[in-house]
Amino acid sequence: MSTRVARDRVTGTPFTRGLGIVTILGIVWLVIFGLFVTPADVNQGETVRIMYAHVPGAWLAYLAFIVTALSSAMYLWRRTRSLTWDRIAGASAEIGVLFMGISLVTGSLWGRLTWGTFWTWDARLTTTAFLFVTYIGYLAVRGLGGTHHQRARRSAVLALLAVLEIPLVHFSVEIWNSLHQEASVAGNTDVTMDGLMLFTLFLGVIVFTLMYVWMLLHRQRALTLEDMLDDSGLDRALAARRAEAGVS
Amino acid sequence: MKDAGFIIASYVVTFASIGLFSFAVLRRSRAAGRDIRPEDRPWS
Repeated sequence: MSTRVARDRVTGTPFTRGLGIVTILGIVWLVIFGLFVTPADVNQGETVRIMYAHVPGAWLAYLAFIVTALSSAMYLWRRTRSLTWDRIAGASAEIGVLFMGISLVTGSLWGRLTWGTFWTWDARLTTTAFLFVTYIGYLAVRGLGGTHHQRARRSAVLALLAVLEIPLVHFSVEIWNSLHQEASVAGNTDVTMDGLMLFTLFLGVIVFTLMYVWMLLHRQRALTLEDMLDDSGLDRALAARRAEAGVS
Repeated sequence: MKDAGFIIASYVVTFASIGLFSFAVLRRSRAAGRDIRPEDRPWS
C-alpha cells in the first residue's frame, strides 16, 4: 500500500498537492464568474466571455517563454551552470507551447464571432503563429541526440534568440495596422472595463499562473527523473561492455 | 446565451487541453519514477 502511494506521488510534495487543490478551486471560480456572473460587454455582447480564457492563456505563454529564456541564461552563465536550469527551461517551453496553442484556438473562435473569420493573416495573428512554431522547433531541438549538456547548450542559445520575438508579437498591434485590439489593461493607463470584468480577468491571470507553477514543478521533476534514467542506462551499458571485454 | 456554442467550446478547449497535459505529465513522471528509488529524488 505504501509503495503504491509513493509511486502515485512521484513528483508530488505537500506543496504541489496544496497548490493543485487551490488551482482547481480557482478554475471552478473562474468558470462560474466567466460564464455566468460577469456582465455582457456593451460592444461585443456575450462573446467577451472568451476573453477570460484567451487573455490569461496568452499571458501565460509569454511568461513561460520568458522563464525559458531566463533559465537558459542561467545555464549559459558559468557561475550558475546546472542542468536544473536547463530542465526548467524545457519544462517551461512545453507549458508555453500548450498555452500559446490554447490562446490561438480561443482567439480563432473569438475572431469568428467578432471578425467573421477563424483566421486572417493579420500582424498579431501571424506573429503569434510564428512564435508558436518557433517554440515547437525549440522543443524539437531539445529532442535531438547528444549528452544532457549538449542538449542544454544548443537549446539555451535558441531560447535566447526565440524570446526576442515576444516584443514583436506584443507591439505588432501598434507597429502595423491590425484587426486585433490593443492591450485593454497592460500598459494602458485609462482602463474603462467594468469592475467585475476586470476582477475576473485578473482572477484568470492568477489562476493560470498558479497552474503554471504546478505544471512547471511536476514537469521539471519528471525531466529530472528521465535524465537520471538515461544516466543509469548509460552506466549499465558501459558496465555490460566492460564485462564483455573482461575489464574490471 | 447568444453564441453559446463558441463560448463553451473555448472553455472546453482550454480546460481539456490543460487537463490532458497535466495527466500526461503525471503519467510520464510515474513511468520514469518507477525505476528510481524515492530517496534518490532530490525533492523527496
